Amino acid sequence: MSIVEILPRARSLRLPRIDGLAQWIVPLVILVLWQAACVTGLMPSRVMPAPTDVAVAGWKLLQSGELAENIWVSFWRASVGFLIGGSIGFAFGLANGLSKLSNNLTDTTLQMVRNVPHLALIPLVILWFGIDESAKLFLVALGVFFPIYINTLHGIRTVDPQLIEMGRIYGMSNGELFRRVIFPGALPSIFVGVRFALGIMWLTLIVAETIAASSGLGYMAMQAREFMQIDVVVLSILIYALLGKIADSASRLLERLTLSWHPAFQKP
Amino acid sequence: MTIQQSLRLSHADARRVEAPAGVEQALAAQNRRLQPKRGAALTIRGLRKTFGANEVLRGIDLHIPAGQFVAIVGQSGCGKSTLLRLIAGLEKPTAGSISFSDDIRADNIRVMFQEPRLLPWASVLSNVEVGLGRDRRTTDAKARAEQALGEVGLADKRGQWPSVLSGGQKQRVALARALVSHPGVLALDEPLGALDALTRISMQQLLGRVWADQGFTSILVTHDVSEAVALADRVLVIDQGRIAHDITVDIARPRQHGAADQAALEGAILRHLLGETH
Repeated sequence: MSIVEILPRARSLRLPRIDGLAQWIVPLVILVLWQAACVTGLMPSRVMPAPTDVAVAGWKLLQSGELAENIWVSFWRASVGFLIGGSIGFAFGLANGLSKLSNNLTDTTLQMVRNVPHLALIPLVILWFGIDESAKLFLVALGVFFPIYINTLHGIRTVDPQLIEMGRIYGMSNGELFRRVIFPGALPSIFVGVRFALGIMWLTLIVAETIAASSGLGYMAMQAREFMQIDVVVLSILIYALLGKIADSASRLLERLTLSWHPAFQKP
Repeated sequence: MTIQQSLRLSHADARRVEAPAGVEQALAAQNRRLQPKRGAALTIRGLRKTFGANEVLRGIDLHIPAGQFVAIVGQSGCGKSTLLRLIAGLEKPTAGSISFSDDIRADNIRVMFQEPRLLPWASVLSNVEVGLGRDRRTTDAKARAEQALGEVGLADKRGQWPSVLSGGQKQRVALARALVSHPGVLALDEPLGALDALTRISMQQLLGRVWADQGFTSILVTHDVSEAVALADRVLVIDQGRIAHDITVDIARPRQHGAADQAALEGAILRHLLGETH
């Protein structure tokens, strides 16, 4: 039962607004309970700072310019790493989905590499790349590669062969067949891969920045830990959550725009 | 066929005629495109098709004059769909030949399947435009597609996604797609099999009407003998990979379901079909 059926007055309100606000109810409730727990002394401040303390710390960092710079650096690393790993993963997914030769040559190797936890490679990566940008970009790209590769491959393989036959009969060239039948058919799967990849992207970046960086959100969190600034640590965690949510929302918006034909995206 | 198999199929089909060069010829080609084409005749000689160890077609010899409506009936597995697919160029014969009258290009054969096979991510109008083949990019493509949609009575649905249409409506869009380029031959592989009885009858009437209007050669594979008699000039009964009977349907059009002469012919054909069981 949706909220519109339970609350009669809600029926007269525009549905999208209710849905948009509803998703924030639970986080807000948590925030309020958290603040209450700290203010009443239920939660000692050395275990968990109050939301107000976190906000104050955040404000100070914002004013000094540190916060903005660290966010920007992390964002840049994440995007570039995602683009690199995503494009290579996409290219391999296409190649292995469309060409039997390519699939036979590369798929087994890729599956073997996939099963190595990429975060476990961090010591090796530091040895190879040092602790400059390329190390972090390499790790992010590696983490992002596999979900996009596998889901692109799956998407291409499961395009309805009857549609491909129809395209052939109606005189579509290979290029048109790809653009009008295979790629749109694979797109829902590709988006699944993108959403997985976005999660892994943040995870990888945070860990990489904690271990081998001199800037960025992970570095900021690590420094705060060294100096026992718990409020900054909590702030970093909240920022990760927020950035992750923004990335996911951006992905869903793109999905809604390109997949509006899909029955799942149509309003009842 | 798999994606990889499909992409390996060559476009260099033996039946293809080279596109003419030169302004006069280009104008003539455009003229041909804009005028409604009449049907193409086709001749099949000694056609055989084997799948592995299974010989599905064992020597078919057939001539279909231009503009004729032929129905092919037979038991399941008799090879009627295979014959249609060979004619449409979806399979290659193991032996024998299929040839069309001179001025036909290989992509002038259109097929309608049992499933509508519409692209779910394109609008109804876009799907019909697919049927124009290489003419898809021309400026009058949209107008021609709209006209074809109008002929099947779905002009008002042109901007919709296929997922909102009913089964019968989707098949009508598929029919518009098949006819928009005014093909010489229309091959129909049990196109009405998935529809309910009433929709089937109205679709049969639609098919009969557009065939009478446009005059293409029509080859319909169906398991429904009454459908065959209602629509066709000629009914072929396929049995054991050969044409067992070639029956002319002499009944005047428009044909009435349940009319005495139609029912009698249906009965005769059914006796051939059922009497052939072993």
